[in-house]
Amino acid sequence: MYKLLLCWRYLRTRWIALASVVSVMLGVATMIVVNAVMAGFSHEMQTRIHGILSDLVFESHSLSGFQDPQWHMDEIRRAGGDDIEGMTPTVAVPAMLNFQIRGQWITRQVMLIGIDETTHARVSDFGRYLQHPGNREQLSFDLRDGGYDTVDSQAGIGDPTRPALEGAGWPHRRMRVERERLWREKLDADQAAADATAVNAAEGPGNPVRPVDQQVDAVLSATGAPASPLPEGEGTTATDVASEQTSGTKNPFDVARPEQGTRMDPAKEQFTGIVPGIGLASFRDSAGIDRFLTLPGDDVKITFPTAGTPPKAVSDTFTIVDFYESKMSEYDSNFVFVPIAALQRMRGMIDPQSGLVSVNSIQIKLRDGANLDEVRDRLRRAFPADLYAVSSWRDKQGPLLAAVDMEMAVLNILLFMIIAVAGFGILAIFFMIVVEKTRDIGILKSLGARASGIAGIFLGYGLFLGVVGAGVGLALGLSIAMNINTIRVGVEWLTGQRVFDPSIYYFFKIPTIIDPVTVTWIVAGAVGIAVASSVLPALRAARLHPVEALRHE
Amino acid sequence: MSSSTLQRPAEAVAPIALPPLLSVEGLTKRYRSGDRILEVLRGVDFELAEGEFVAVVGQSGSGKSTLLHLMGLLDAADSGSVHLSGRRIDGLPGSERDRLRNTDIGMVFQAYHLLPELTALENVLAPLMVRHGIFAWFSVRAEARRRATELLERFGLGGRLHHKPRQLSGGEMQRVAIARALVGGPRLLLADEPTGNLDAESGTGILDVLCSLNRSAGLSIVLVTHDASIARRADRIVRLAAGRVETAH
Repeated sequence: MYKLLLCWRYLRTRWIALASVVSVMLGVATMIVVNAVMAGFSHEMQTRIHGILSDLVFESHSLSGFQDPQWHMDEIRRAGGDDIEGMTPTVAVPAMLNFQIRGQWITRQVMLIGIDETTHARVSDFGRYLQHPGNREQLSFDLRDGGYDTVDSQAGIGDPTRPALEGAGWPHRRMRVERERLWREKLDADQAAADATAVNAAEGPGNPVRPVDQQVDAVLSATGAPASPLPEGEGTTATDVASEQTSGTKNPFDVARPEQGTRMDPAKEQFTGIVPGIGLASFRDSAGIDRFLTLPGDDVKITFPTAGTPPKAVSDTFTIVDFYESKMSEYDSNFVFVPIAALQRMRGMIDPQSGLVSVNSIQIKLRDGANLDEVRDRLRRAFPADLYAVSSWRDKQGPLLAAVDMEMAVLNILLFMIIAVAGFGILAIFFMIVVEKTRDIGILKSLGARASGIAGIFLGYGLFLGVVGAGVGLALGLSIAMNINTIRVGVEWLTGQRVFDPSIYYFFKIPTIIDPVTVTWIVAGAVGIAVASSVLPALRAARLHPVEALRHE
Repeated sequence: MSSSTLQRPAEAVAPIALPPLLSVEGLTKRYRSGDRILEVLRGVDFELAEGEFVAVVGQSGSGKSTLLHLMGLLDAADSGSVHLSGRRIDGLPGSERDRLRNTDIGMVFQAYHLLPELTALENVLAPLMVRHGIFAWFSVRAEARRRATELLERFGLGGRLHHKPRQLSGGEMQRVAIARALVGGPRLLLADEPTGNLDAESGTGILDVLCSLNRSAGLSIVLVTHDASIARRADRIVRLAAGRVETAH
């Protein structure tokens, strides 16, 4: 009983000991916050990675792929059994994306992925990352008639950060076609006037035709809208159509160009739809507003290799129908999705004799709770490794995930060092208290207190300090972790600087996950350190010689 | 003094034939300080009968405090033996010595040695708290408080129960210390210069308390002092010089 009483009295009369607890508290709070944020980031990243990569990816080593995906899918189902929930074939090839802004062609290196629009979203979270609510329900490669989100649907913030998407879709396409038509009319009128005033000069190859693109650009930039004149693809360009419909005067370029294929009305028709990553077409300014270089409704050109050896580069024109935003910049600035059938046709992946199609890979979704690695190994045994590669999404992003885990481990070790340092503080303060209390210890021994009881006073003292420190640290850490975004806003307001710049991070909020197990370990560790560092002073107190202790001044 | 709380009924009226309450034989104790060996006790023989009040006197450094510590089991002798009621107690294991110190021996020191964080009442209760564990304490708490309060009131400290030692005078502190020594119902009280830090009047008051304890309750007391006038209050004086018992009256 005296242990408790003295423990309590020593605490009440020695508040300085609580100072040593402050570092325990700060250490615990920091560890909880850092772990919550790191776990949040890690989880967010894994979700993103997993969102685009299905559970398992079954792929061929060759770019030309393998024939008859249906047979492969049947085989996979046989090998995988009940663990397979869904599958979808894909074709992935490296490609170049070209689009025009203000007269210049922008070229981006991309990964062109042919997907099955009905089944792909079932195998991964693909659908969740699209910008049109209708496409999130069921992807369609047909251009939508407006209704694209002007807010980041994943940010959960009400402020519209994408005003440019307001008129995207058919309205944007029609407006652009109309603008081009007007411009063409003006150009032709100017041309006719020039022809009339300079009749003599209007002969021979030295004809003073002004560079059309520059003028188009000048007019369009005056309107202030993101400009992307229709590319001229395979004789089906909008410029041709527009000029033919509207201008009576023949443009010399139209005459010169040979007729190919069928004509289309760009105001009413579209090319094959594509869904590029949002990072390819936009950037975020410092105010957090997304600026778009090109919009759904614009046409782009993509150059990609055909199947067969050696591959030849072919190009085609596509219409952007939506944007894909997984918030993983690596994917958002790399992936372009097209309908798999169109890509197979364009690449020549359909066998003309048998009609069998080829695919690069099959994305496999496993049922919940299936053992990822176990099913992967089963599939690896079922298919020859020199023809097919089977990997899980973790394998695909192994180095990245390992780096994050490593970072977390190192941070935890460093932060635990802080608590360990606090432990040495407790050790030092306790030694001083033991020296100060030497005579009291002698008195207690003369009253018949056992060595274990004397040690118990100081161990209990350490335990109490640890519990107080860890408890306050726990409360502090949890409240910071739970309100970290409010705190961020407050700090930004206070300093006038962005702490979490949305032009760098694609997250609008700092994600946090508070894992009860981690928190428990942190608190237990801190209390353990506090008790452990009071062991030495407690032992010293217990071993004091009673007579010497009594004589101590 | 309440005989019901302090007297040990069976032994207080024990026949003379029984062994003395405390007997010390051939005690030696050396201290090493640097390369010099200091022989404090060179073979002390001493006996204390049941209910006897003995004063041990001697110059400073004559070893009287060391003798008291050895009898109180606070220190271990180099040779010799200590018997309590015929039972040898100096070679006992540590936990058994702790128990004896708590139950059978009460000690009073020159510097009072109260715990500064505790009140007078809590200081008196301390030996009982040491004796009982946390859970047992709650069942004996009321009785222990009653007994401690009664002792303090008997020593004129009824109004000082909840004062911290620093709020008490020297005489009051020493009376608290005596109450603490008595609360566990010891058979033997060892007092080491209990009046050494006190003025004459307070010192006399303390001696009066000790004498009355001895007379009315039959408590056996060993009092160590260097002051012959104080020693005269005892039944018998044992004189220590150079580590040996010199004369016995």
